[in-house]
Amino acid sequence: MELLPTIWFIAIAVLWTGYLFLEGFDLGVGMLMKLFARNNTDRRVLLSTIGPVWDGNEVWLLTAGGATFAAFPLWYASLFSALYLPLLVVLVALIFRAVAFEYRGKVDNDQWRARWDWAIALGSFFAAFGVGAALALTTTGLPLNANGDREGGPLAWFSGYAVLGGLAVAGFSLVHALAFLALKTDGEVRRRARRWFVRLLPVLLLPIAGWALSIQVLDGKPWTWALVLLAVAAAAAAWNLARRAAEGKAFLALGAFLVLGTASIFGAVFPVVLPSTLDSAFDLTISNASSSDYTLGLMSVVAAFGLPLVIAYQAWTYWVFRRRVSAAHIPEAHSFLPAIAAKAFTAKG
Amino acid sequence: MDALEIARWQFGITTVYHFMMVPLTIGLGLVVAVIQTAWHRTGNPAYLRMTKFWGKLFLINFIMGVATGIVQEFQFGMAWSEYSRFVGDVFGAPLALEALLAFFVESTFLGLWIFGWKQLKPAIHLACLWIAVIGSVFSAYFIIVANSWMQHPVGVEMVDGRPVMTDAWAVFTNNTALVAVPHTLFGALAVAGGFLLGIAWYHLWRRRHDGVDTVGADGKVIAGEAPDIPGRDRDDHKVWLRSLRIGAVVAMISFAGTAITGDLQGKLMFEQQPMKMAAAEAACHDGTGFSVLSVGNLGSQSCDDIVALIEVPGILSYLAKGDFTTEVQGVNSLLPQYQEAYGTHLPDNPIYGERAGQEIDYLPVMEVTYWGFRMMIGFGGLAALAALVSLWLTRKGTVPESPWLMRLAVFGILAPFGANAAGWIFTEMGRQPFVVAPNPDPNGIDQVFMFTAAAVSPGVTAGELLASMVALTSVYAILLVVEVKLLVKYIRGGVVSAMPELVHAPVDENEDATPGSGGSGGAKPADDVLAFAY
Repeated sequence: MELLPTIWFIAIAVLWTGYLFLEGFDLGVGMLMKLFARNNTDRRVLLSTIGPVWDGNEVWLLTAGGATFAAFPLWYASLFSALYLPLLVVLVALIFRAVAFEYRGKVDNDQWRARWDWAIALGSFFAAFGVGAALALTTTGLPLNANGDREGGPLAWFSGYAVLGGLAVAGFSLVHALAFLALKTDGEVRRRARRWFVRLLPVLLLPIAGWALSIQVLDGKPWTWALVLLAVAAAAAAWNLARRAAEGKAFLALGAFLVLGTASIFGAVFPVVLPSTLDSAFDLTISNASSSDYTLGLMSVVAAFGLPLVIAYQAWTYWVFRRRVSAAHIPEAHSFLPAIAAKAFTAKG
Repeated sequence: MDALEIARWQFGITTVYHFMMVPLTIGLGLVVAVIQTAWHRTGNPAYLRMTKFWGKLFLINFIMGVATGIVQEFQFGMAWSEYSRFVGDVFGAPLALEALLAFFVESTFLGLWIFGWKQLKPAIHLACLWIAVIGSVFSAYFIIVANSWMQHPVGVEMVDGRPVMTDAWAVFTNNTALVAVPHTLFGALAVAGGFLLGIAWYHLWRRRHDGVDTVGADGKVIAGEAPDIPGRDRDDHKVWLRSLRIGAVVAMISFAGTAITGDLQGKLMFEQQPMKMAAAEAACHDGTGFSVLSVGNLGSQSCDDIVALIEVPGILSYLAKGDFTTEVQGVNSLLPQYQEAYGTHLPDNPIYGERAGQEIDYLPVMEVTYWGFRMMIGFGGLAALAALVSLWLTRKGTVPESPWLMRLAVFGILAPFGANAAGWIFTEMGRQPFVVAPNPDPNGIDQVFMFTAAAVSPGVTAGELLASMVALTSVYAILLVVEVKLLVKYIRGGVVSAMPELVHAPVDENEDATPGSGGSGGAKPADDVLAFAY
């Protein structure tokens, strides 16, 4: 077994887990803009919890994509080209969502805000769903030929696993966001988020559990089955902790669920990175899809100091903005007229 | 159009669009960081206003760069899978490092800067902006390293038909990148300079037009106040005059910078991609003269149709070699050399699709290279000249009353954008028909090259590509309208648009950051609101 490709398989699993952990709650908060928030103040409270951090969270996606390109170019090329249309949806969703965060408050007008709220909610949902579908399909396989290209046309990627994976990440993001809001807000929003979390967790985690279990049935090893059991225990703990109003611990327990769950999935499929549903001889594995040891070695050195640094300064960001947000903290909307209103000016030098 | 042509159009549209936002982000970020530093050191309130106002416009634009940047990383795999497979070992690394070492820094620290006005100590808050801006500069470096490898492959050897990195130092210090990075950064600063100049001119003109500022008998400005309009006070005049002068100086310095680095880059390109430079000149025959105006049918791609009307002897030699006499090879001498080195026909390989076996046209589209090259230099030079004239016209502290000059200054904002776009279109289309241009250095690695015709995703249909091109182009068009409308709204609003405290009840600026009070719950006093919230 090759050491460096294995390390990079793990590194990419870590990057995806980091992405789902961090952007998970901001995607969920985005969806909750329409599902949970009751008025504009609620929405601004929600946005303020993720405002300073969502962009940094999204870079985990770019890093996961870039690292896949650098470490496993054949995996990157086959996965991204085979999933052309679903990834297009993800891109458009992410574009609207990003712009909506920044532009929503820039005009003091209800209709303007309502449009961007939809952009945030739908953008977050389709991004979560699309990323989930893509991740599920890279574990269950795509119709790839010997060259790694998709056979069967633009929709040949579609399978039940795409839907399952899409629902898995969307559902997890919602639960994760409720835990995050319970931890990061105060007052009525905090109480309601915790109530929703307790009520919805068992339902919303079903698809991700279903994905993890079907992967175990297909490719599971004893140790990855054990991880699934631990993950279920972590989810139960999160539920129980939230009921006892231990919001911080509930959030961490749900994070542990995610880490254990993704580890069980990536662990089960290893060393295959993208199976072909046409012929297992065309499977992409860590050996036949990876870059040279020289490139992987270079990347390892840089990542060994770069990734901990990223985690350190992102953790510091969360520390800086650790205060809970409530309706009382929200500044009033800033409405201004052009400085050039045509009036008679009296005062002169 | 077939899949390849649509994929190329899509890449061109999305990249040129992305690179409208990026130079403004890099250039304006640097300028805002310098201004905030000036505020930090002097405490002058005019600098705080400038930081807030230009910072607000910076953010409105920044987010568009972020949003459109994701498309760039994804589309290599989506639309150009054969390219990604071929170059992945060497090209993926700078992209991954860009995300890991630069974009993370930029996004995280910019978030700290936007939301941290109260939470962070002033020096740390300022440091966050600097770190974010330096992150954006590194981001540019990594992306240009990747691009430069396509222009001039180094540091690899061929293993099983694919280039494999053997010398990372060579890749990351590719001489093509080392001159392209400062060229691009100066280009970005030119955009920022024009942006400041045009907008500041507009506000100074408006103050004069509205009678707020007047001009004394000696021609010097007498700054006034309009007490019924928030923010239209005497400091406001300082804000715009200083912004205008900073913008003009930045524009001139950056033009000098682009000229010097561009000259170095040109000399390299004459060695590395002689056909690109011959096409930039529409130079069919060997010679020494620089064409100021060539007529004829550039689009015919035939040298018989082109006549150089005005030519400056010796200049082409100077651009290429640094003297005035060396003959520079024209298209007619280069074509046989390319055909001999890289073949006359595309190989009969299925990855070329319908193009397998077709004759190769080594001449880039001359209309684009010839005019792209001249638009880059022309727009850049015009902007710098306009900046110089602006400094003269505003020497007495305000702008002339002429509405036409004001309109010219505002529309002039577009010139450096045009120069940037023209430069990139020239250099990317000048590289055709290669996506990875061969490195002609006799000691180099001559067999590492890739024709664009082989780069597109074989499994992706033309229909998918068309759908994405239409979708992305429409989304981009809508968002461009929205961005420009918002920019105009905030520009017209003036400083107060970025400083609610100038119109609402004043918030105590010196309030201590006390981030330790979290978790207590309940209502907060009214002055405990967030410094900024979406």
